[in-house]
Amino acid sequence: MAGTKSPSVLPGFRLTLGFTLFYLCLIVLVPLLTLPARTATMGWQAIWQTISDPRVVASYKLSVGAALIAAGINAVFGMIVAWVLARYQFPGKRIVDAFIDLPFALPTAVAGITLTTLYAPNGWLGAPLERFGIKVAFTPLGITIALVFIGLPFVVRTLQPVIEDLDVEIEEAATSLGASRSYVLTRIILPYLYPAWLTGFALAFARAVGEYGSVVFISGNMPMRTEIAPLLIITKLEQYDYAGATAIAIVMLLISFSLLLTVNALQGWSSRKLAH
Amino acid sequence: MAHVETGRTRDPKKGLTEPPLIRWGLTAVALGFLFLFLAVPLVAVFTEAFRLGWSAYLNAIKEPDAMSALTLTLTAAAIAVPANLIFGVAAAWAIGKFQFRGKQLLITLIDLPFAVSPVISGMVFVLLFGRQGYLGQWLIDHAIRIVFAVPGIVLATIFVSFPFVAREIIPVMEATGSQEEEAARVLGAGGFQTFFRVTLPNIKWGLLYGVILCNARAMGEFGAVSVVSGHIRGLTNTLPLHVEILYNEYQFQAAFAVASLLAFLALVTLVLKTIVEYRTRRSMEPVGETGS
Amino acid sequence: MGIDIRNVSKTFGNFAALRDVSFEVRPGELVALLGPSGCGKTTLLRIVAGLETPDRGSVLFDGEDATSRRVGERRVGFVFQHYALFRHMSVFENVAFGLRVRPRAHRPPNAEISSKVTNLLKLVQLDYLGDRYPSQLSGGQRQRVALARALAVEPKVLLLDEPFGALDAKVRQELRRWLRRLHEEIHLTSVFVTHDQEEALELADRIVIMNEGSIEQDASPVEVFERPASPFVMNFLGNVNIFHGRVEKGRALLGPLALDYPEHTTAESRPAAGYARPHELDVARVDSGGGLWAILETANLAGAIVKLELLDDDRRLLQVEVAREHYDGLNPKIGERLYVTPKKIRVFVEQN
Repeated sequence: MAGTKSPSVLPGFRLTLGFTLFYLCLIVLVPLLTLPARTATMGWQAIWQTISDPRVVASYKLSVGAALIAAGINAVFGMIVAWVLARYQFPGKRIVDAFIDLPFALPTAVAGITLTTLYAPNGWLGAPLERFGIKVAFTPLGITIALVFIGLPFVVRTLQPVIEDLDVEIEEAATSLGASRSYVLTRIILPYLYPAWLTGFALAFARAVGEYGSVVFISGNMPMRTEIAPLLIITKLEQYDYAGATAIAIVMLLISFSLLLTVNALQGWSSRKLAH
Repeated sequence: MAHVETGRTRDPKKGLTEPPLIRWGLTAVALGFLFLFLAVPLVAVFTEAFRLGWSAYLNAIKEPDAMSALTLTLTAAAIAVPANLIFGVAAAWAIGKFQFRGKQLLITLIDLPFAVSPVISGMVFVLLFGRQGYLGQWLIDHAIRIVFAVPGIVLATIFVSFPFVAREIIPVMEATGSQEEEAARVLGAGGFQTFFRVTLPNIKWGLLYGVILCNARAMGEFGAVSVVSGHIRGLTNTLPLHVEILYNEYQFQAAFAVASLLAFLALVTLVLKTIVEYRTRRSMEPVGETGS
Repeated sequence: MGIDIRNVSKTFGNFAALRDVSFEVRPGELVALLGPSGCGKTTLLRIVAGLETPDRGSVLFDGEDATSRRVGERRVGFVFQHYALFRHMSVFENVAFGLRVRPRAHRPPNAEISSKVTNLLKLVQLDYLGDRYPSQLSGGQRQRVALARALAVEPKVLLLDEPFGALDAKVRQELRRWLRRLHEEIHLTSVFVTHDQEEALELADRIVIMNEGSIEQDASPVEVFERPASPFVMNFLGNVNIFHGRVEKGRALLGPLALDYPEHTTAESRPAAGYARPHELDVARVDSGGGLWAILETANLAGAIVKLELLDDDRRLLQVEVAREHYDGLNPKIGERLYVTPKKIRVFVEQN
């Protein structure tokens, strides 16, 4: 990274950049580099064997699949919540608005045990569902519900400011030209929100894929059925199978990083779209 | 950060908002969803915690292992938050006030911990400092324990809560520009004087917000710490880990009692967040103009 | 204090902001750096302040090389275009800032700081606003606070970067007058940057006109207006009518105009253009020679000067300004053919 050519008026460039890079390397980069380093010593054979093991594949499918569904649910309801908060009034709205961030603030372990207790066969929510023959705790459904909780704020918080910043004059213009409300909503407003919506979805998805604490209690951890990938990593670590754990982790990281890149690209698209 | 609605009234007759039925319907759906997923679990934490009454609750909390878990949680946060605060300020200063190649890459790198699953965040420290890790032998030879001991927990906590302060103040530093700092320099102020007198007051709300979030994450982290800790009761358990242990031993009420402390922390975090957001909005409003 | 700028050059990446610029500011002068956007005037001002370093050349304060001196040590007062007031400090604290950040040895006692600040606020007529915050002030008031703040450290030079650029027209005029009076009172060497030629002509003792990183002319306001050194200067300072043509054998043949041009006697024909200001053209109904016919398109009667626009046979637009009495006496109609005569015309021959 090139520095400025002449000494800048504002001091401390070298100092702050140097410290930043040092800290970054020490805390983040060096530890993260152990992963590819470890993988490199394994050889493709071993890596492939690990990640193609049926149990591992099942855990990937579960982690990614449940995350996808949960993010989808959050996309739908998150849009509704964001719209209601941004556009409508009702008593106690400020409090509700503040509470959206609860899943951010609440430790995942607390969420985990609470959701498990709630959806257990004798829980407040689990019992009535049981009567309909729907089992939640210790099933993939339970995992999905936990992931909905975790990802809830992402879609809402990404959409809210965009909806609030919508130019009311565009709606006024369309309406005065004779467009019906549903037309305005679906053909004019919605397309404007797509980038933010997708960004929120991607963020919720990314968060849910690697989630551990809120899921590990409600899942029951049955191999091939309700065992999530992060748990499998821990299992391998406990068996001192560092190599196996690393292999699983690398694939998860690849998924996460590609999601992060997608989010960045989406945010770039979003800011370009909003910039006219 | 949450936003406040602008005060334009929308008259349904003018077609600028949905018909009342739709509005009530959507509001009901939204509130129902939020009630089910947010309110019910929150209430459940406290209900379960007090299921056996006040004295059982207090016993669970005052229990020695719970107390040492609390101490460890507070210690880890007390180290992680200030460290990440200093980092955040340094990074924001470099990024917000100067031009250099690779800035975008640096910002992306700072966001890295967000993209990494908590378990992997803890795992990398095991790979580095664990018995079979890269530095494992060296640590054994020098009788230093990092993994399965407090230092490992602190490191993992720093890792997961690391981006929060930086992410909050980088945009603020960039938005306020460097003109005020330049003015201060022309007037003769030194480097630190400029920072403390001019820059810091401008970023104080963003800073506070970042610290609140950083702290919430540091105290509440579970996955990463779980991998690194070794779960040794009374020694390497943080509050979230202690909750897990109690729950796995079917001591539900005790588990929820300890969990309620964390839930209370979450509520405090939300309240502080809202206050800071309110104050930030206030400080950015124009306070009225007088004539020339 | 006098400023001597010698051969200063500065490049930003591929863009040459300043090319070998040299000029002097004498002690007590009020000098304007005038030019279009991108001409380098702000860069030059910042170099004098120490906010940028030149790639080549030097800046001398009273004969001493200040180029390597750090920005806080130069004893210059700088007023930013957008004021750069410290938004979280009161007006009083803003002005006191430069005094408060002095190292202990040089810091005046609080009582002295207080009285200095109060006097300065009185000087800029804002003494009743000491407790307000910048967000509570109007643009003109903020600008005066910025000025007071710069003056508080008793600088030897005052540098102002487009000081009135962000203000309404009326406020601009008032502040201009006010700045001129202030300068007459305190006689501080001052340099200000502007792209508004009216402002430069009204305020400055001397104007330095810049274009694309170089100085076009460095002279008094009268001088640059009456005797512009180049077509750029003439064009930049006010409206101008241009007649393109050539010079040869002692004559300038500029479209419909022909006049003696003794400076070019050779037979070689060189392209040239004649420049005349709107008030240097006369209109009449009779062909008195040395002019051209044109049709009156519009007449703008708002004010004591009437602004006319005429189109000649070559579709050239002529802008003419005549006194109200003259117009009333002539009483021309729109669409009427009138005879336009230049009373004065400057010929610039193209240099290769």
